[in-house]
Amino acid sequence: MRWLLPLAALPLLALLAYGFRTDPRDIPSPLTAFDGARVDLAALRGKVVVLNFWASWCKPACYDEAPVLERLWRTYRERGVVVVGVDIQDTDEAGRKFIREFGLTFPNARDGSGKVSVDYGVYGVPETFFVARDGTIRAKHVGALSDAVIRAKLDPLL
Amino acid sequence: MIPELGAGALAVALALAVYGSAAAAVGGRTGRASLVESAQHAALGVFTLVTGCLLLLAYAFLSFDFSVRYVATNTNLGTPFYYRLTAVWGALEGSIVLWAWMLCLYTLIVILRHRTNARELYPWVLSVMLGVLAFFLLVMTVAAPVFQRLSPVPAEGRGLNPLLEDSGMITHPVALYLGFTGFTVPFAFAIAALVTGRVGDAWVTSTRRWTITAWYFLSLGLLIGGWWSYHVLGWGGYWAWDPVENAAFMPWLTGTAFLHSVMIQERRRMLRLWNLALVIMTFSLTLFGTFLTRSGVIASVHAFTQGAIGVFFLSFLALVLLLALALLAWRWDTLGAQGELDSVVSRESAFLLNNVLLVAAAFTVFFGTVFPLLSEAVRGVKVSVGMPFFNQVNVPLFLGLIFLMGVGPLIAWRRASLESLKRNFLWPVTLGIAAAAVFRLLGVRSTIAVLTLALVVFVTATITVDLVRATRARLRTGERFPGALGGLLLRHNRRYGGFAVHLGILVVALGVTGSQAWSVQTETTLRRGEHTDLAGYRVRFDGLAASEESNHFKVTGTFTIDHGRAAGSVLHPAKKFYPQEQSPIAYVDYRLGLREDVYLVLGDFARDGSQATIRLQVNRLVSWIWIGGLILTLGTVLALVPERRRTV
Repeated sequence: MRWLLPLAALPLLALLAYGFRTDPRDIPSPLTAFDGARVDLAALRGKVVVLNFWASWCKPACYDEAPVLERLWRTYRERGVVVVGVDIQDTDEAGRKFIREFGLTFPNARDGSGKVSVDYGVYGVPETFFVARDGTIRAKHVGALSDAVIRAKLDPLL
Repeated sequence: MIPELGAGALAVALALAVYGSAAAAVGGRTGRASLVESAQHAALGVFTLVTGCLLLLAYAFLSFDFSVRYVATNTNLGTPFYYRLTAVWGALEGSIVLWAWMLCLYTLIVILRHRTNARELYPWVLSVMLGVLAFFLLVMTVAAPVFQRLSPVPAEGRGLNPLLEDSGMITHPVALYLGFTGFTVPFAFAIAALVTGRVGDAWVTSTRRWTITAWYFLSLGLLIGGWWSYHVLGWGGYWAWDPVENAAFMPWLTGTAFLHSVMIQERRRMLRLWNLALVIMTFSLTLFGTFLTRSGVIASVHAFTQGAIGVFFLSFLALVLLLALALLAWRWDTLGAQGELDSVVSRESAFLLNNVLLVAAAFTVFFGTVFPLLSEAVRGVKVSVGMPFFNQVNVPLFLGLIFLMGVGPLIAWRRASLESLKRNFLWPVTLGIAAAAVFRLLGVRSTIAVLTLALVVFVTATITVDLVRATRARLRTGERFPGALGGLLLRHNRRYGGFAVHLGILVVALGVTGSQAWSVQTETTLRRGEHTDLAGYRVRFDGLAASEESNHFKVTGTFTIDHGRAAGSVLHPAKKFYPQEQSPIAYVDYRLGLREDVYLVLGDFARDGSQATIRLQVNRLVSWIWIGGLILTLGTVLALVPERRRTV
């Protein structure tokens, strides 16, 4: 019986060995958009993605930023850029109201529990990630976006 | 020249360590002293060679020898002198050299201290130490070679990770590694005890100081890590339950459990099996921690190189676990307890409960850390376990531990009578309850904060009660006051050293509670001349200035505190732009205080200096965490003072 003791370590070791097969740097978690559709970041490979984390309770930065983002989406859309918004730790209602208020037309998803933002290492809102065509995150911006920031961080990826 | 010299020295050291480990084992088995002596010489040789390698590496850094790949990746011509020295262990390969060197140092001290006083155990201890060392030397020569030649030799190096350009980088890794490697010694003694079958109390007595030393350095490493995170990373916190932090915290928890449970073995001859298991667990967790941080298996903000090294560490961890557990199984029959638990209300059971809580905490941290991996393996779903989980499960456990910190040292061994319970705890319990009521009335809302504060008062009261009573007893024998107290502390240095360490932990707990419950922050954009208010502080934005430093470009803000405690002082948070980094590094500025810290981070800014986004935080009681570390240090020193022989 007691010789089973060392065997107790085996499942743990197996699990750790399994870890070699995974890449923790993979971009995580598919998102669900406000209209119920799935927003799969992996499917956006080949496009430049501007991933923006926001919340309706984030005043004033997110309110300053929303028109800038919408403008970005309209001007850069032709050039293969996709803007994805993620509303974190927010109520569905408040999020929808925010989208209506600013007339946002780019896809927006909800991350009610804040899980996705944890995966990205988001410390506060707004934060924006610039993802290159090959799916690697090239730049991160903390705080509200401005046209200058967009030029500096987005243009090199095009 | 340096790459070849260093690599050669490491290869010889590896051969010597393997030989020494084998020679010591055969010497221990056959009782041939000459073989053990030969192993000792081998250990000295390894020490000399690894020391040589460390110096060689330092020399390569100081002389900008970019023919060494490691030097070229981790320094450039602009790296200041001081950081060229710490860059020696600034990345994976070099940190393992430092690690191995410390292990050598510990081996040397073990030889000096124990070659005559632990006859039967000693050869095996030496064998295990050299065996572990051989593993690290193998990693250094095969998986993470530090002395790799770079050819052609570049004219300029890449540069050190800018976050590591901090004074904490000299103390943090050194303390942490001294802690990690230090646990090898108790582990070696435990294995020696199992192999020789001398599982009695000798190994425990021999390792007491070693365990305290390792435990202390690990505590210090954790605290300095927190300080580094607080004043360098600029997110305003000191602990984030990041896998790498957890990696260092788990052995700390089991090591703490071991420190306490050995006292029961010394006193009551119980828990032999448990103590061996705890040491094996602690050592395995140090390896597991290294595996976690170095293999890239689990995502973490501490980015380290990935590569073959993970496989090495996992294999070694498997070897250690299987071997040690097999030895435990082999000696199972001799590990029964000689004493038994007399009553639930006794010091033994308080210590036992302390162990249960500590190991439970270690387990939850472990579970939380590997859960993402488990979830992906079993369900194929990526998750991440964050602060809320760790806080929620650990806070009650830690509160329980603080409570036991008050009970354990004062309650009687074997069976506590109602009379003695009353004598020891009536005052502290009354004070604790009164404190809870007072804090509540003062407007402390959070239940956890009230509970923690009350427990801190309770434990402090138990320590005071004990100290007052013991000093009084001495005064009655005719001693005078300061002498009586001093004599008491020195005569019973283990006990009072332990009390001081407890006080240190209490003070840390106070700091953690305060900062969690009462810190406030605001994020805002200011135009030049504008101000923002937070918690009685008014901070004004005066302007931005740019400057060219030796290895980076820096934009510094000037902010004046108009009102509040530190009125008139000027803060200079900055953003540093390193050519080798894509995103700028924040440089935090702060005014530390006993009551609260003002903490200012510069975010985005307008190029012309007209406007800046800042995060202003008022962090409450954080300084007490560092003060607690200081008290902890004093307590450890007191506990380690060589015991005086009783003259009575």
